[in-house]
Amino acid sequence: MKTNLKYRKVAAIGAGMTQFRRRVLDTPQEMAWEASRKALDEAGLELKDIDCVVIGSAPDAFDGVHMKGEYLAHGAGGIGKPVSRVYVGGATGVMTAISGWYHVASGMCKKVLAVAEEKMSPGRPHPQAVFRYIWDPITEKPLNPNLIWIFAMEMHRYMFVNKVSKEEIALVSVKNKRNASNNPYAQLGGEITVDDVLRSEVLVWPVQLLDVSPVSDGAAAMVFVDGDIARRYTDIPIWVEGVGWTLDNTSWPGRELAYPRYLENAARMAYTIAGIERPQKEIDVVEPYDPFDYKELHHLEGLLLARKGEAPLLLKEGYFDRDGEIPSSPSGGLLGVGNPIAAAGLMKVISIYWQLKGTAGKMQVKKPVHTGVAQAWGDLMQASTVIVMRN
Amino acid sequence: MVHPLKEEEMKEHETVSHKPEAKYSYTAGQALSAFLLGLKQGKIIGRKCPKCGRVYVPPRMYCEDCFYPTSQWIEVQDEGIVMTAVASFISWTRDRLEEPEIVGTIRLFPSSARDYVYPGLFHRICCSFDDVKTMRILGKMVKAKWRPQEKRVGSVDDIECFEVI
Repeated sequence: MKTNLKYRKVAAIGAGMTQFRRRVLDTPQEMAWEASRKALDEAGLELKDIDCVVIGSAPDAFDGVHMKGEYLAHGAGGIGKPVSRVYVGGATGVMTAISGWYHVASGMCKKVLAVAEEKMSPGRPHPQAVFRYIWDPITEKPLNPNLIWIFAMEMHRYMFVNKVSKEEIALVSVKNKRNASNNPYAQLGGEITVDDVLRSEVLVWPVQLLDVSPVSDGAAAMVFVDGDIARRYTDIPIWVEGVGWTLDNTSWPGRELAYPRYLENAARMAYTIAGIERPQKEIDVVEPYDPFDYKELHHLEGLLLARKGEAPLLLKEGYFDRDGEIPSSPSGGLLGVGNPIAAAGLMKVISIYWQLKGTAGKMQVKKPVHTGVAQAWGDLMQASTVIVMRN
Repeated sequence: MVHPLKEEEMKEHETVSHKPEAKYSYTAGQALSAFLLGLKQGKIIGRKCPKCGRVYVPPRMYCEDCFYPTSQWIEVQDEGIVMTAVASFISWTRDRLEEPEIVGTIRLFPSSARDYVYPGLFHRICCSFDDVKTMRILGKMVKAKWRPQEKRVGSVDDIECFEVI
């Protein structure tokens, strides 16, 4: 049962993305344009039809250009239109779609173009150094942290509390890279084994090289329109039925890391709007955010698709495989497709959109799908964004 | 194709290298200033919310839940439980480290294992890579190893690391 019907109905009618690659030779604006043009083409619209533009992009420091929203505006079709930029760290990609949704749901705009872009490779010598300025300058920065530290800490805590082994977690990497080999946009698809993961370079124990998504460049875009006019452009509008997002505090050293309560809150918000009461029964396909392999398991639990500590067991049984009960990351996720931060989040929404539309090609899951969920996560293990879509 | 340019080819192209003079003088603020002065004296200081009783370490002048000013300085113990620990083989610029750096988070006492939020610190942990790899160090009771009084400057670095007791 839906509890809030005061919003205008919103449908996704088009999506497009660039290939995700490292050291792409196009500029960020050219990538944003390519994705936007493809999304408009799929929607059957021209730029003059678009009322508002939403741009999503993670820290400016990656592309090396401050004011990324303004910088991308002409590539994203924003000239002469109301443009806004959203940013919630790694959770930005799904937030871009959510922002596109509320521009339409509020009744302010009829047709919105939502564009996300990120270029991770320009930073020298490595994008990792760019993360230096996300830490608390007084209590954390003196210890010279890098980003992989905190995620390794969260992974180890998750393993410790739920008694999960590295082998069980590596299965996520194996599954996602296999799924990605069916994805024409993917950077790192292929067949790997659990052994390959366990033998890869140790970055920050327990995180090894194949536990992590690669450095990537890419862009993605979607078109959202008012429900009343959606059928003028397509026979199969995909409805945005629920959205949720929450932020936790930055005090991650003083917080239990084994379970993401902020994600549960975001998921419950989205499920309430969508009228989902039993997530595990009602959701057919899911794209949880997987910059690290353990994150997919962590997020499946936070999304209430597995009990606490149960996700590794279900994964081993094939529950989350492409032909399983709830296929998880059928696109190949960030581990397989690549991780241009904001674009990777919107890629997850696009994957669900194509699955529900039935146009996912070789990525299409075996079972018929009706309800799909995409999720992203970011900042200092504190932000989560969730979107529910139906066909 | 993973990427069209190799690392060596990047050197043949013109790259802009510029070191911005982006230096910052951060303010520690009311709560953290007292915290840093406490560290200099070998104490870990927090703030307590009068309404819900939550203890903030590092301290904060307001309670994020009640949105109410915290009212009381509290000295917590320099002992606690290792919640998580990792061994880093890369530096913050992603250069390879020969000897791993071991860091983690510590839940300081008074607190209980059932708390979702607790007084907690992020710091180095003095133990071996093997202790981390076998997870022996997780859940262990540790105590702060303070630098000698005369070497303390009022920084989180005044604690050398946390070690098992």
